[in-house]
Amino acid sequence: MSNLSLIVVLLILMALGYQLGMTRSRKVATVNPDLRMHSRPHHYGMMVGLWAVLPAFFILLLWLWLAPAVINSMMLAQLPADVAALAADELRVVSQRIGNLAGNFGVVADAADWELAAAEHLRQLKANSALVLTALMAVIAAVGMLYSLLRITPRLKARHQVERVVKALLVLCSTVAILTTIGIVLSMLGETMKFFSYIPPGEFFFGTTWNPRFSTVGVGEQGDFGLVPLLAGTAMIAGIAMLVAIPLGLMVAIYLAEYAPVKLRNTAKPVIEVLAGIPTIVYGFFALVTVGPFLRDLGAAVGLDINATSALTAGVVMGIMIIPFISSLSDDIITQVPKSMRDGSLGLGATKSETILKVVLPAALPGIVGAVLLAASRAIGETMIVVLAAGNSPSLTANPFEAVSTVTVTIVNQLTGDNDFSSPQSLVAFALGLTLFVITLLLNVIALVIVRKYREQYE
Amino acid sequence: MSNSAPVKISATDVKVFYGDNQALHGISMDVYQNEVISFIGPSGCGKSTFLRCMNRMNDTIEHCRVTGSILLDGRDIHEPALDVVQLRAQVGMVFQKPNPFPKSIYENISYGPKLHGLAERKADLDDIVESSLRRAGLWNEVKDRLDQPGTGLSGGQQQRLCIARSIAVSPEVILMDEPCSALDPIATSIIEELIDELKQNFTIVIVTHNMQQAARVSDRTAFFHLGNLIEIGNTNDVFTNPQQKRTEDYITGRYG
Ligand SMILES: Nc1ncnc2c1ncn2[C@@H]1O[C@H](COP(=O)(O)OP(=O)(O)OP(=O)(O)O)[C@@H](O)[C@H]1O
Ligand SMILES: [Mg+2]
Repeated sequence: MSNLSLIVVLLILMALGYQLGMTRSRKVATVNPDLRMHSRPHHYGMMVGLWAVLPAFFILLLWLWLAPAVINSMMLAQLPADVAALAADELRVVSQRIGNLAGNFGVVADAADWELAAAEHLRQLKANSALVLTALMAVIAAVGMLYSLLRITPRLKARHQVERVVKALLVLCSTVAILTTIGIVLSMLGETMKFFSYIPPGEFFFGTTWNPRFSTVGVGEQGDFGLVPLLAGTAMIAGIAMLVAIPLGLMVAIYLAEYAPVKLRNTAKPVIEVLAGIPTIVYGFFALVTVGPFLRDLGAAVGLDINATSALTAGVVMGIMIIPFISSLSDDIITQVPKSMRDGSLGLGATKSETILKVVLPAALPGIVGAVLLAASRAIGETMIVVLAAGNSPSLTANPFEAVSTVTVTIVNQLTGDNDFSSPQSLVAFALGLTLFVITLLLNVIALVIVRKYREQYE
Repeated sequence: MSNSAPVKISATDVKVFYGDNQALHGISMDVYQNEVISFIGPSGCGKSTFLRCMNRMNDTIEHCRVTGSILLDGRDIHEPALDVVQLRAQVGMVFQKPNPFPKSIYENISYGPKLHGLAERKADLDDIVESSLRRAGLWNEVKDRLDQPGTGLSGGQQQRLCIARSIAVSPEVILMDEPCSALDPIATSIIEELIDELKQNFTIVIVTHNMQQAARVSDRTAFFHLGNLIEIGNTNDVFTNPQQKRTEDYITGRYG
């Protein structure tokens, strides 16, 4: 049987075990009327179902993991002596050919007789393996089900068993998420270490020129890998974005939370949140086609020299994008400030605006700071807008009207094109990525700590 | 209290609706200048609601509608020309549930005086803070930690903080909604002394569930029941010789 149908059968078995377990537990309960059953019938059912399925499932996993290697070595053992004597990587090619033959995929050049024989042998082995697996699982599932059915007594703690399994499942799921994060960090860390074997960390973190050259120039001519201009560009654009987003977002939040009629608030909020859902590439060409030229013309009108693609263009558009991060979160936080606080202030003869400025906003401040930090970390990690609108010029400048480049854009540049993946020109992308990750992680942690502290204040 | 004192607040046929639910069924009464009047009555009978009418705090409750007229010094508090902010500066309120701001103790008290520009210099403000806290009987407990958050005080301390906060702006009328509900007998007697003292300059309306307190501090007493004003009169008369059967049942504990 195929693995998929095995799993389907297991699920059917589980349902069956569930029914059997429930029925049996009810019967046990009627036989012992003076003893209270420890758990409810569906717990016993669940337990029997799990006993029927879980051990068999583990056997299946184990088999899928180990069987291919075993089968392959059994097949290789039957090869003619001269073939078996080949080197390891040649043998790998041979077994690949045989595998293809056995699967009827066809191979390059005609198959030799010994190859056809080996393929037939392989097919046989696989069929046997499937048969043995099916039989083994059937036996284990049956034993598991019977064993657990017979064990049902009033004193059996079925609920505890079921809960333990469910808990393990939950832990497993959350581990997947955590392991992914750790995996990402580790993979970046490995590549970053390789990069630092070419370029010393000091040069990377404190260098003020970014000019990596091309890897084809040769290892002797490595160019400069200074992080500072990129970080400065990132900070400048994120800073401009925050300058746009904080006042706008806060005013939106205050209006929505304090002044807007309920109906307006309920429609306006989702509409504003749409801003966050627009793909960033769309913002990118909005910046490139509309905002950039507009700012350039505006600059020309007042006698300023503004590049169409500049830190300003990218920052302004990015600021618009993150408005909803600030406005939505802040609005929630402001509405959470208890009414009694406002009443206290109004009751002392304060006006509504005094109350908002002096009582509501200070009370909500920690939460608002958290929202701002979350938005900032979003701005720092943003890529597409900057790729299109910032001009991609990795020079150290304090003039927001000039083109700059950021960490994210540089990562894209270094990884696209025909660089080979062991040159410092490519490896630097990982060092940049890790730096960015650490920065945004720190911002997020700070934001979360602040937001949590704020929550405690009213609970 | 002689009834020759001028009328401070005059309510006529005040009705309050929360949505479709009518909480007050036409209340009419006068509150005289420099008197202490207490509102008593079973829980949910509308004492807090009527109190909130007098400084229009009901405005802040959505779906709440007030009809009838309330005059403060002869002027309708609902007339469009009257500024509700000024009204509330004149008619202060101590809420049923203590609601200190999440600011320091000092800032809690100085908040109102600062708004109204009552203190020109820092020293004046310090004086107001100290005297308000002293009069509310809280000074000795908090004088060494004025910079700590008011929300960190105990329930009873918070209640006294809120009393201090409201007298710091020297309103003409003070509405107190169960100001002693969380206080021990000693703190309660300090507040009662405060009320006696405030009476020289202010008019005080106090809601209380404590009959002895009503008898001790108030000149007149009003008994509410199910949104109606059942009886109002000199405290002595109401407690010793109630005119209504329901009043008598309530104050003798036979209510139920
Ligand atoms: N915000 C509100 N929304 C709707 N109904 C309200 C509101 N506040 C009070 N009520 C209703 O109005 C009636 C009077 O309430 P009120 O708070 O004035 O009673 P109270 O006499 O102060 O009671 P207590 O002694 O328990 O404080 C009650 O039936 C109450 O349910
Ligand atoms: Mg009340």
